[in-house]
Amino acid sequence: MTGSAHVVEYDLLVYRHSWRGSMLVSFISPVLFLAAMGVGLGSLVKSGVGTVDGVSYLNFLAPGLMAATAMQTASVETTFPIMAKVFWMRTYEAMLATPLTVRDLLVGDVAWLLMRLVMVAAVYFVVMLLFGVVTAPGALLAIPAAVLTGLAFGAPILAYSATQKNTVGFAAIERFIILPLFMLSGTFFPIDQLPRVLQGVAWLAPLANGVALTRGAVLGTLSSEATAAHVAVLTVYAIAGIVAARVTLRRRLVT
Amino acid sequence: MQVDATTEALSPAGDALITARGLTKRFGDRVAVDAIDFEVGRGEAFGFLGPNGAGKTSTMRMVGCVSPVTEGTLRVLGMDPARDGPRIRARLGVVPQADTLDQELSVRENLQIYARYFDIPRRDARRRVDELLEFVQLSERGGDQVESLSGGMKRRLTIARGLINQPDLLLLDEPTTGLDPQARHLLWDRLYRLKQQGVTLVLTTHYMDEAEQLCDRLVVMDSARIVAAGSPLELIRHYSTREVLELRFPGAELEPAGLDGRLEGLADRVEVLPDRVLLYTADGEAAAAAVHRRGLAPSSLLVRRSTLEDVFLRLTGRSLIE
Repeated sequence: MTGSAHVVEYDLLVYRHSWRGSMLVSFISPVLFLAAMGVGLGSLVKSGVGTVDGVSYLNFLAPGLMAATAMQTASVETTFPIMAKVFWMRTYEAMLATPLTVRDLLVGDVAWLLMRLVMVAAVYFVVMLLFGVVTAPGALLAIPAAVLTGLAFGAPILAYSATQKNTVGFAAIERFIILPLFMLSGTFFPIDQLPRVLQGVAWLAPLANGVALTRGAVLGTLSSEATAAHVAVLTVYAIAGIVAARVTLRRRLVT
Repeated sequence: MQVDATTEALSPAGDALITARGLTKRFGDRVAVDAIDFEVGRGEAFGFLGPNGAGKTSTMRMVGCVSPVTEGTLRVLGMDPARDGPRIRARLGVVPQADTLDQELSVRENLQIYARYFDIPRRDARRRVDELLEFVQLSERGGDQVESLSGGMKRRLTIARGLINQPDLLLLDEPTTGLDPQARHLLWDRLYRLKQQGVTLVLTTHYMDEAEQLCDRLVVMDSARIVAAGSPLELIRHYSTREVLELRFPGAELEPAGLDGRLEGLADRVEVLPDRVLLYTADGEAAAAAVHRRGLAPSSLLVRRSTLEDVFLRLTGRSLIE
C-alpha cells in the first residue's frame, strides 16, 4: 500500500506545478456553462414549456453537467498523462526499476484520478451553491455520485490508453464516445425525448446513469431502487475497467 | 565461433551477487538471450560487450528484475527475481539506456521523489540528494528544470538517481553513449570512484576503451550468446596478439593476389582489408623490419598495441549488424 502512496506523491508533485490554472478552469468552465445555458437558455425554456421534469432549466441542467464534467475530467486524466507515463516520459519504467510494482502504479494512479475527480466535483458543487441550485444538505451526495461517474469512465479509458502507441485512438474516444454521450445522456434534455432505441443505448452507457444519480442527489428525487440500479451500472464499468487496466498495463510494461 | 571460456573466467573470486545459468529470454519466436552463464562477484566491475542487438539490454533488464526470465536460473543478491523482485530492486541502482528523467520536475525534485519510491524518509532523502548532487557535480543546478540540462548532465543526474538508495549493485546500460569526450571522462571518473568505494558495477557498452578502462572482467556477446569471457588483458592475449602492425600500400599493390605469398609467415595472423593490411604479431617492429627485407614498400606503417577492439572485431565480425 505504501508503494501506491508514493505514486500519488509523484502525481501531487507534478500537479503542484499546474494546480492554479487547473483549478481556475474547473471553476470558470461551469460558471460559463450555467450562466449561458442554465440562466440564458433557461429563460427561453421558462417562457416556453416553463419547467423541465418539474424544475427550472438551470436546476435541471446543473447537476447533469456536473456528472458530464466528471466524465470529461476522467477522460483527460487517463489519456494523455497515461501515454506520457508509459511512452513519452517513461515515468512508469523509471518507477518499476524501484521496489514499486505494476499494481502500485495502477492503485496509485486510480487513487490520484479519484482525488482529481473529488477536486473538480467539489469546485462544481460550490458553483452550484453560488447559482442557488443547491437547497438541501442531501445534495452533497452529488459529489460521490459524480466521482463514481468519473471512475466508470476513467478506469476503462486507462485500460485502453495502456494499449496505445499514439494519440489517434484518443481522438476517436473523444469523438465517438465522450461527445455523443455528453449530448445524449440526459444532460441537456430528458432522455425520454430520445427515440426509443437510443433511450435503451443511453441507459446502458455510464453517463446517463451518472447524470440521473447526480441529479437525483441534488434535487432529492431519487428512489432507493433507482439509486441502486445506477450505482450498480457505474460500479460494473469501474471494476471492469480496473481489472482490464491491470492486464493491459502489465502486458505493456512487463516484457 | 567456438566458445572458449573456462569456468575460471566465468566465476568471480568472491561471493556472487549475480548468478545466471542457462539464462534465456525469448520474445515470441525471437531469441534475445540464448542460454548464457555468468557470475558477478561483490566489488567487481563487470561488462557486457557486444554489437547492437546482441542481447545485452535484455540481459540487463532480467538482472534488473523488470523483465521476466523465459528459461534458466537467475539469482540476484541471492534471491529469485520472479519471487523477490521488489526486495531485490530495493538494493539495485539502475541507469537505463534511454533517459527516464522527469522533464516536468526540477533536478532536485527528480531525486527526491525517486528516494520516496524506496521509502526513504524525506529528511534522509534531502541529505542524500545534497550529497549526490555534489558527487555528480550538479549542486549548482538543483533548482533547474531537467529540460535545460545537457546530455552529459542528464546522464550524471540519472547516475545520481540510481545511487539514491545506496545500492549494492549498480546496473548501467550504455552509460556514455552519445556523450562528448569531456562528459564521458567525467562519468568514467565518477564510476571509478564508486568502484573504489566498493560498489559492484555491471555495465553494457560497445565502446572498447570504456570496457578497458572500467571492467575487471567482461563477456563478449554476439547474436544472443556469450562468445568470450575474461579480463580485458586475458581476452587480448587469447584472441589477439600483443601488437598489431598496420600497413597501407599505394594503389594497385594492395591486390590480395599480389600480397598473399609475400606476407606469409610474418605474423600470427594476417587480415587484408579494403584500405589496409593488419599483421597480428607479438613484435610489431620485428614484423615491420621483415616486411622491408622482403622488398615491400608500404606507403604507411604503424605499430600499435592490440586492443579490445581487435578482439571484438575478430569475435563478432566486421560486417555491419543490423
